[in-house]
Amino acid sequence: MSTATAFEKARAEGRATLVGYLPAGYPSVDGSITAIRAMVDAGVDVVEVGLPYTDPLIDGPTIQTAVNAALQAGTRTPDVLRVVEAVAETGTPAVVMSYWNPLARYGADAFARDLAAAGGAGVITPDLTPDATDEWIPAARSRDLDTVFLVAPSSTDERIAMTTDACRGFVYATSVMGVTGTREQVGDAAAVLVERTRKATDLPVAVGLGVSNADQAAEIAGFADGVVVGSAFVRRMLDAADVDDGVAAVAALAGELSGGVRRR
Amino acid sequence: MDTKPDDSAGPAPVSAPDRPGRFGPYGGRYVPEALVAALDELDREYRAAAASPEFHAELDQLLAEYTGRPTPLTDAWRFGAEAASGARILLKREDLNHTGSHKINNVLGQALLTRRIGKHRVIAETGAGQHGVATATAAALMGLECVIYMGEEDTRRQALNVARMELLGATVVPVTTGSRTLKDAINEALRDWVTNVETTNYVFGTVAGPHPFPSLVRDLQRVIGDEAREQVLERTGRLPDAVAACVGGGSNAIGIFHAFVDDADVRLCGYEAGGDGVATGRHAATITAGAPGVLHGARSYLLQDDMGQTVESHSISAGLDYPGVGPEHSWLKDSGRATYEPVDDAEAMEAFRLLCRTEGIIPAIESAHALAGARRLGAALGPDAVIVVNLSGRGDKDVDTAARWFGLLEADETDEATGDES
Repeated sequence: MSTATAFEKARAEGRATLVGYLPAGYPSVDGSITAIRAMVDAGVDVVEVGLPYTDPLIDGPTIQTAVNAALQAGTRTPDVLRVVEAVAETGTPAVVMSYWNPLARYGADAFARDLAAAGGAGVITPDLTPDATDEWIPAARSRDLDTVFLVAPSSTDERIAMTTDACRGFVYATSVMGVTGTREQVGDAAAVLVERTRKATDLPVAVGLGVSNADQAAEIAGFADGVVVGSAFVRRMLDAADVDDGVAAVAALAGELSGGVRRR
Repeated sequence: MDTKPDDSAGPAPVSAPDRPGRFGPYGGRYVPEALVAALDELDREYRAAAASPEFHAELDQLLAEYTGRPTPLTDAWRFGAEAASGARILLKREDLNHTGSHKINNVLGQALLTRRIGKHRVIAETGAGQHGVATATAAALMGLECVIYMGEEDTRRQALNVARMELLGATVVPVTTGSRTLKDAINEALRDWVTNVETTNYVFGTVAGPHPFPSLVRDLQRVIGDEAREQVLERTGRLPDAVAACVGGGSNAIGIFHAFVDDADVRLCGYEAGGDGVATGRHAATITAGAPGVLHGARSYLLQDDMGQTVESHSISAGLDYPGVGPEHSWLKDSGRATYEPVDDAEAMEAFRLLCRTEGIIPAIESAHALAGARRLGAALGPDAVIVVNLSGRGDKDVDTAARWFGLLEADETDEATGDES
C-alpha cells in the first residue's frame, strides 16, 4: 500500500492517520522487526523506520540513546532495508526516516533502487530541504518513492510552498521549534502551521514532535491529517525489561493512540 | 578594510562560491527546515552590517583597543636556525590576542551581529576551550547571556578553560553523548539553537557548518592574513615562499591564507592532526584520509565509514580533534591552491618543545602542528626561504598536557597539580 492510499483510507473513515516511528536495529534488527509488526497489528497506519546515524541533530535524548545502541550493535544500512522489507510484507507502508549523509554515502540512486526493491514507500529527510539537493528528488521519482520534507513554524510562506511542491505522499509539519521528545503540550503553533501548509498544498499534512498519548493524538487529529509518534514508542522499548516486554508496551501504546486518532 | 562583506568581494576567484554558500561541490546548507529562517536572518544581517561603516568602525575599535590588534609578526631567528634548516621563520602572533588565540577576532564580530539582530542570548561549541573562552568574553563585554557546549571528555582535558568560562559568567554544559568531544558539542549546540532560535544566536567557532558560517567566519578572520601580508612585505621587501597554519575546522588557516590566495608563488600549507599516525586510524586528518560527505550542515571532506557514519577523531590537541573541516579548505585542496599534510602527535610535540627552548614562546599544541610543518618546509625550501607561520594560540591551556607528554609530572601528582592551579 502507498502512503497516499493509507491517508485516503483514514480520511474515508473520518479519522486521522497514525504514523509510528521506531529505529531499525534496536534492540536488535530482529527485535525492531518484532516491535514494528506489533505496532502495525495494534493500529499504526504508516511506519517510519529510523536509519540510525551518529549525529542525529534534530533528535532528543530518547531517540539518540536508541540509535546509538543500534549503531553499537552493528546496524548497517542493508539491515535497515531488511526491516523495511519485513514491514512492507504486512501491507502497511514503510517510509525510511534518515539524515542525508548515510543516503549520500550509499548513493542516492542506489538507495532509491534498493529501497524500492525492499517494498519501501519513501523517505523522510529531516536535515535535507528540497533546495539543498539536486539528486535526491529525481532519484526517488524514478523509483516511484515518496519524498517527505519538513515544514516548521519558522518557515516563511514562500518556503512552505517550495517545500510542499517537492513533497510526495505527505508533508511533515513539526509542531514546535525543537528536537524530538515527548512534551506536555504540543501547542497552538501546530494548528497554525497546518493551516498555512494547507493553503499551499492538497497533500495530507502529518504533525510530529512531542506527541505521546491518546489525548494529544486526538487534539492533533482535530486539525491535521496525520499524527506522528516517535519518542514515546522508543521510550517504551528503552524502559522495558526485555524485548517481549517492550513489544507489549509498544503495542499497548499503539492501541491507545489508535483510539486517539479516531476520537477527533 | 579587514572584513569584506560578501563572497564576491573576496580576493580569491579560485575559492569564490559559484552560488551562495557553495565552494565548488562543497559547503551549502544541510539543516532542518526549522533553522533556515535563522540562517537567512544571520546572512541578511551580516551583509547589512558588512556594508555599514558604523559596524566596521565599532569592530575595528574593539580589535584595536580591546584585543590589541594588529598582532606582531615576530622573527623566530633561533627557531629558524636550529629547528627549520636555516629558513627565515616569521610568526604571526595571534597568541598575543586578548584571550590567547585568534578566536576573539570572529567572536567580537558575531557578538556585535547578535546585538544588531536584537537577540540577547548566545550559544557556542568549544573543543579546547579557546572559542568558548572567547565567546564568554565577548558575551560579558556586551551583556549577553552565554551558554557553552563542551564535550565531557574535553572538560576534563581542559579543566582550566571551563573555570575561565565560568569566571566570565558563562554556563558550561558538558556534553555526554557520542564521542563526548567537539563534534557532539556542535550537535548539542544545534539542538539548543533549533529550540531557542527566537532569542538565541549561535556563535559558530570555525569556517565549517551551514552557510553563512564558512563565509562569515572567514571574513572575520581575514584580518590575520591582511595584516601578515603587509607586515612581511614591509619587513622583508617580498612575499613569503610559504604560509603555514594548522587545520582543525580551519578558521585560523583560512584567516591567514586568504590574503595570499592570489599570490600564485606563495605556497599555502595546512597541517592536520595526525594523532597516533594516519596509518593507525587514530587521527583527525580529515582532508588527508577522509572522503566528501555532509556533517554539521555542510558538504566537505569528512572522516566517515562505508555507511556514511561519522568516525571519531583523535588528537593530542583538543582544538584539532574534529572529524570534519571547513568546505573552503576542501575546495582549496581539490583546486590544488593549498596543500594539506598530517602531523602526528609526536612531531607536533617536538616542534612545541623546540619553540619553547629557542624563542621563549609556549605555543598552543594546535599551533605546534603548523610549526612542525614549517620545519618540513624549511628542509624542503632551504635557508633562503621565508616562511610565515600562524601562531594561532598560546600554550598556557596546554601546560598540563605538555607536562604529562614530557614526563614532567608524576602520575599521582597530576590531579593535584590541576586542582592547585585552579
